Amino acid sequence: MAAVLELLLQEEVPVSAVVRWLRHGPGHRPAEENHIHDKLLPLSLLQKDFVPFLLNFLREQTSQILTNGPSTPAKTPNSKAHRNQRTGPERRAGHATSSRVQLFSQRTSLTTCTTDTSFSPAAASSSSSSFSGSSLSSPCGDFPSMVSSSSSGFGYSPVLNHSERRSSQKASLGSFLTAMPEALPARRGRRRGSSSVSASGRQVARDLGRSLAEEEDGKSDSVSWSGGRRKRSEVPLVSTSSPPSQLNLNNLEEFPPMGAASGWTNKSKPSRRINPTPVSAERPLSKPKMCFTSTPVSQSPASWFSSGSSTEAFTAGQEGNLTSLLSSSLQEEREMLKKERCKLLHQASSPSGVSLDPGTPTKPSYARSASLPAESHPVTWANPANVSFKKQLECLAQLYSSCIAENLVPNIFLELFFVLQLLTSKGTSVTEDGDSDLEVNEGSRDASGRQHFQSVHNCVYFAVQVLDYQYEIISHLEKGTLKLLAENERIAAFSPTLHNRLRQAYESSTAKVSLLLPCSVQSVSFQPETDNRSNFPSDRAFHIFKKQRDIFYELLREWEDDHEKTGWDFERVLGNKIRAMMAHLSATCNHSHFARLFQKQLIQMCKGPIGGGASWGDTPDQDVLNMLGSDNLSRLKRLQERFVVSQSIRGPCPPPSFPGCQQFFRDFILSAGSYQFNQYLMDSLCLKIVELDGLSLVEHEHSDGEAAMGEQDEKKRFSVVLLSLRLLAKFLGFLVFLPYRTVEQPTRDLQESAVALRNQTLPVLDVLKLLRKSIQDQRSILTIPWIVEYLSLVDHIAPFLDYYRKVFCLLLQVYRLMVLSEDKEMSFLNKLLILAVLGWLFQVPSVPEELFFTTDVRKEGWMMGTVTSAQALDSVPLVDQQLLYTCCPYLGELRKLLASFVAGSAAKNGGFIRKITPTAAESLAPKASVTQQKLQVELEQAFFHNQPPSLRRTVEFVAERVGSNCVKHIKATLVAELVQRAEVMLQNKVKEESANYDKLLEEVCTQLYEEGTQALIKGKEFCKKKGPEAVRVLLPEETSAAVLSSAEDIAVELATEKACGWLSANITALIKREVKATFNRMLKVPGLALPSEDALELRRDCPPGCQHCAPFPSQVINEIKDVLCVAVGPRDESEVIDHFWLECLLGRLSQTLRCRKFMCPTSEQQLAKCTVELASLLVSDRVPLSLRVKSPKSSSERLHVKYNPTYGLLKLLLSVWKEDFGTPVPVHLMFSRKNIAYLAEVKQQEWDLFLFMLHGLAEFQLMKTSEIQSCLRSLEDLPWPSDFLKELKMLSSIFLSEHLNRSPRTDPCELTRQSPDAVTA
Amino acid sequence: MKLTKAQYDEIAQFLGHVQPTRQSLRKLKEKFPSQSQSTLLSIFSQEYQKQIKRTHAKHHTAEAIETYYQRYLNGVMKNAAAPVLLELANEVDFAPSLMARIVLERFLQEKEAAIPSKTLINSMLRDPSQIPDGVLANQVYQPISAIGHEHEVLLREMLLEKNLSFIAEDQLRAKGYDKTPDFILEVPVAVEGHVIHWIESKASFGDESSHQAYLQDQFWSYWNRFGPGLVIYWYGFIEELDCHRERGILLKDCFPTDIVTLRHSTAQR
Repeated sequence: MAAVLELLLQEEVPVSAVVRWLRHGPGHRPAEENHIHDKLLPLSLLQKDFVPFLLNFLREQTSQILTNGPSTPAKTPNSKAHRNQRTGPERRAGHATSSRVQLFSQRTSLTTCTTDTSFSPAAASSSSSSFSGSSLSSPCGDFPSMVSSSSSGFGYSPVLNHSERRSSQKASLGSFLTAMPEALPARRGRRRGSSSVSASGRQVARDLGRSLAEEEDGKSDSVSWSGGRRKRSEVPLVSTSSPPSQLNLNNLEEFPPMGAASGWTNKSKPSRRINPTPVSAERPLSKPKMCFTSTPVSQSPASWFSSGSSTEAFTAGQEGNLTSLLSSSLQEEREMLKKERCKLLHQASSPSGVSLDPGTPTKPSYARSASLPAESHPVTWANPANVSFKKQLECLAQLYSSCIAENLVPNIFLELFFVLQLLTSKGTSVTEDGDSDLEVNEGSRDASGRQHFQSVHNCVYFAVQVLDYQYEIISHLEKGTLKLLAENERIAAFSPTLHNRLRQAYESSTAKVSLLLPCSVQSVSFQPETDNRSNFPSDRAFHIFKKQRDIFYELLREWEDDHEKTGWDFERVLGNKIRAMMAHLSATCNHSHFARLFQKQLIQMCKGPIGGGASWGDTPDQDVLNMLGSDNLSRLKRLQERFVVSQSIRGPCPPPSFPGCQQFFRDFILSAGSYQFNQYLMDSLCLKIVELDGLSLVEHEHSDGEAAMGEQDEKKRFSVVLLSLRLLAKFLGFLVFLPYRTVEQPTRDLQESAVALRNQTLPVLDVLKLLRKSIQDQRSILTIPWIVEYLSLVDHIAPFLDYYRKVFCLLLQVYRLMVLSEDKEMSFLNKLLILAVLGWLFQVPSVPEELFFTTDVRKEGWMMGTVTSAQALDSVPLVDQQLLYTCCPYLGELRKLLASFVAGSAAKNGGFIRKITPTAAESLAPKASVTQQKLQVELEQAFFHNQPPSLRRTVEFVAERVGSNCVKHIKATLVAELVQRAEVMLQNKVKEESANYDKLLEEVCTQLYEEGTQALIKGKEFCKKKGPEAVRVLLPEETSAAVLSSAEDIAVELATEKACGWLSANITALIKREVKATFNRMLKVPGLALPSEDALELRRDCPPGCQHCAPFPSQVINEIKDVLCVAVGPRDESEVIDHFWLECLLGRLSQTLRCRKFMCPTSEQQLAKCTVELASLLVSDRVPLSLRVKSPKSSSERLHVKYNPTYGLLKLLLSVWKEDFGTPVPVHLMFSRKNIAYLAEVKQQEWDLFLFMLHGLAEFQLMKTSEIQSCLRSLEDLPWPSDFLKELKMLSSIFLSEHLNRSPRTDPCELTRQSPDAVTA
Repeated sequence: MKLTKAQYDEIAQFLGHVQPTRQSLRKLKEKFPSQSQSTLLSIFSQEYQKQIKRTHAKHHTAEAIETYYQRYLNGVMKNAAAPVLLELANEVDFAPSLMARIVLERFLQEKEAAIPSKTLINSMLRDPSQIPDGVLANQVYQPISAIGHEHEVLLREMLLEKNLSFIAEDQLRAKGYDKTPDFILEVPVAVEGHVIHWIESKASFGDESSHQAYLQDQFWSYWNRFGPGLVIYWYGFIEELDCHRERGILLKDCFPTDIVTLRHSTAQR
């Protein structure tokens, strides 16, 4: 390796030769044919390892000078020389993963634990995964080679190693390590932690998952500071220079990312979600460090793994002991952080929170950087004149750029980030503390061993060179980044031409990525088609699901309210509720419904980048602010605050995470721990993914005019679909690999047996097939991004399975071949997106590192479609910067690095394509002969074949909709009519026989089924009428008559087939269901349950010209009840009812009853009962009436009614009962025991009133004489006092005789003239 | 009419010390002349219901039931027409209707030697002739369902007048919705800047306990299915309860005036 570089740097071999050498793998062709340089020939076997070597070389060289931002180690394998194992070029430091793998917090600790035991004591701080990057990473740096040797071959990613190595100056070389003041205590603590913990055991199964969950929730952020740092592979520079560094460059506190300059800023940065980062806690422990002494390379893998056995115990303890240990200091620290953040915010955001100028996001950061010099190191001024090793640097830059351009590096953005780090390096540490470095350098003889990057000037020179080479990529970055680059003084100083190009690029760029509205929680709407009773096997299931839906949203609201509060724990607060819910779901087999709801809600809440956790974004556009309105400004402000605070630079390769609302869904799945639910959810996700993946998103035949409009829509649709797919795929990946997730990298033995086991099972979703197909169909721009999301969640074993190995291979192939350039096959940004996501995937911790550099890219899987298929997407410019940055928020790190200030983020709130639920179709067409049918089908296909695809889609769409509408129409008309008739029939029958309701129902339905067949005829009519209309409207005007008519016919036929197929299969069931539902409703409504003959009369209307100004029923009810209360209940002496007032009340009652508008059955029934009660009280003279002095006229009238005003009231009542009530009045209640008992107490004379009432009832035909008679007779059976009984009998006979003697009266009042006295006398 | 929490508490406290009689209602109205009559009546009857609920268990112990039943029998024996139940209910501070139910249940139990079904009891109670004495008591009851219906009708009128098309509860139910607000707007509108999809009419006063219960049983359920919506408490509410606006439950004590509709180019008007 070094030899090649040596040749290059000694100028013995030109760069182009090296590139050529690199491009052609060994064994491809004879070297001579490719004009491989002679000197490189003997080295051809090393070729594969050269790129990693080069990358590592650059990192090593620059490690001292880079102080800004997290380190940018590539996930490069070690050189062969250091491999102890088959696959082992890479050192995957266990703890290294911790920073990357936020998903697996426990694993972090585990790995740390294991590593610790194998060498020096670890810091206490490291045992909690939540520590800041510096503390976490420090230990790793000390034993990189050890790690490499032992961990090789397992999916560990050496996240931190590089940075650590960097900080420890070539420590990684294993020859010696300089102690880092910060690192040592950290290591020690960790050890302590591990040992103390190992004793305490703990339940694990759920914890394991839980840890997955926790990683992000609080702790993660702090971890993420160091995200992206990973240890790089071993470099054979071991023996060269390893200058002792007194500074831990990775300590963010001492060497904060640019813009965060000093310790205090750093501390102020943690977002509020960060769990306490014991920044200060570790300080007291700092001591001059002692470096680890073991030679990592020689460390045996066995010892490395043996220490891993205590994993679980350690994990458990880690949570408990350590946190408690630190808690006190944490509290303080939290306070400190709060204050500092406050301070920072005041500086950073303008007071209004709105006036942030979108164009100058750097402003606040200026404020901060202004204070930098005072705080710590001044930024070194880079001077082109001071550059040394120019020639070599140029060579390196060219070589490096070629590697980037040829996709030979695993992640081009990681390299760009690195380059920008160089560009923005401050270099203070080197210039001030680097003397020893230089000395060492001078001592080294090899060119490759020399320090080419010892000064800021050199770094910047190199960076600008590389940027120049990579101009094309850079010019495709979003505008804000371009602006910062264009404004960069160093670029201007080192390369005026690049500066000019960048300025031009910036000025012409339209690639503005803006902040969109964050979406708040919204519910999934209830859709009767999928959610109503008919979709459930039983009432119980339906009702339980009803409850589950409400509980689900309750949980969601609770989470939304509280999850950011300190101490809130998902599992503790919601766990049991969720499991109870799951138990209910299991009991009623409602999982499928719930899975659907869950998935829909997931998409609704998380498809936007907020839920997708963009930590990057532009300041909001003014129009967005306007949209927000003043109400939401505070919300926006909070949001900004969050982003401002958490914007510490995380590096361009954050591990997969579940940011924002996704957290809820992930935690829900974990807490539920339901096998059934997971299965249903996976099924549901797979279905949706396949469906979305197959959507035809573009229209390839835009005529000129509509092209722009169509493209815009297409882009929008594409991005909505893409984002949804990525979200769904991430959750699918999460679920699929969840059972296999281990905290720790399994040992080789375990891995082998696991691979053997799992190789036998089929994948849940055949991503390989989909991937191949997408490549073939040129739809990889849609498919690869979601497959990447899916794969990012693999467990440690999965990548080694035959199946996934193939998938990774194929992806790698795609990556290698997708050289960035504008070409016809694929637009630049499409490619850039694919490269960005793939590059990211290759850095994901559980993806084995050797994959990228050791996998032979075979050509077998690569079958690019030669003919552009109709659904090809790759060639369509679908990706813009907005989508690129939404999918890869980590690209924003580049800008953060440049500006180190961001406010806000991007979000997207697109509508989702509505899915049309197809109506189940069964062929209804008259059965023609099979051959004929087949021919018809062929003709139809042929017809469509030469027509634009839109025609087919239109026809199918119309058919689908018309068919569906037809069914709805039939339901609303024919079925509704039938149901109405059934209702009448049932009402009649129910009255006749109170017998068997079920039988009754069956009978009625059977009568209707006959009529139900009408549905088919009507359905055909409907389709025939509506289909053509719709087709005509939707097709272009210019469509030829013949085509149109054919299209219409096909649409009608398809629609008819669909609709009638459904109807014929379901109409009887539908009728029965509807009738049954109506019947049940009927039985439930009081008063309607057993309707009388005139039930229909009930629904009468107001009298013509009614103004609806009658008193409300409720008011009248109240007033009558008041009267009753006075009559019955305890009352004051003085409390009387004014007679005239009562009369008016009855008048109002009459009005109220006439106006039907506000009347409902219950009101009317209540009125009926109350008035009967009132009548009973009146006839027994229980109502304390007061007679006001009346006008002569009215009093004379009153005289007419036989002196007693009560007669008038009774007469009014009778008339109201007769004329105004629409419901039968229960007048028979007059004869209830209770009411008659009132009578039994009254004096003789009041029988007059009762008798009057009896006659009245008969006269007004409210009761038949015979009915009255029987009522009276049945009264005689009751145990009355004998006197009363006698009177009762007498009354009965009087009534009868009078009534029979007389012909019906016209004026019932005359009845009163004959009193019982008179008769008996 | 919106009341502050403090105002409401004052009224509730006053009601805590009086019998739920007409006389008390009169006093209440005298004491709080500035509040609307209907609001006071609504609060009055709700407070009474709460009291009943609180003491419900107390009256349903086997012992209590037996005592009431015996007293009832004795009373009726002496005087069949006397309002025994009523007096009894008044004496022990219990709703006469519920007292009637207790006695009736006990009576049927004795007669049928089995626990009578709820349906039977309800049907009997609905037909007062079956109940031996005055269910219509001195207590102030609001004819809740009647009022509720009237306000729904009123609301419907207002919606029609505003030209807002809606789907009413019965239509929704017919479609198989599992939870249905009074009205779902076919085209959502914005009320006071908040988008609403549905409107629920409540002919009562929105006090804390009833509002919480409604939120739990109804409003959130509507939200869960149809998105944000509006609740109209026609008899007012405690204004502090209107705290879910941001999330999507808006409270009003009248039909809103500040309504913004979606304006399509094809909109009619």
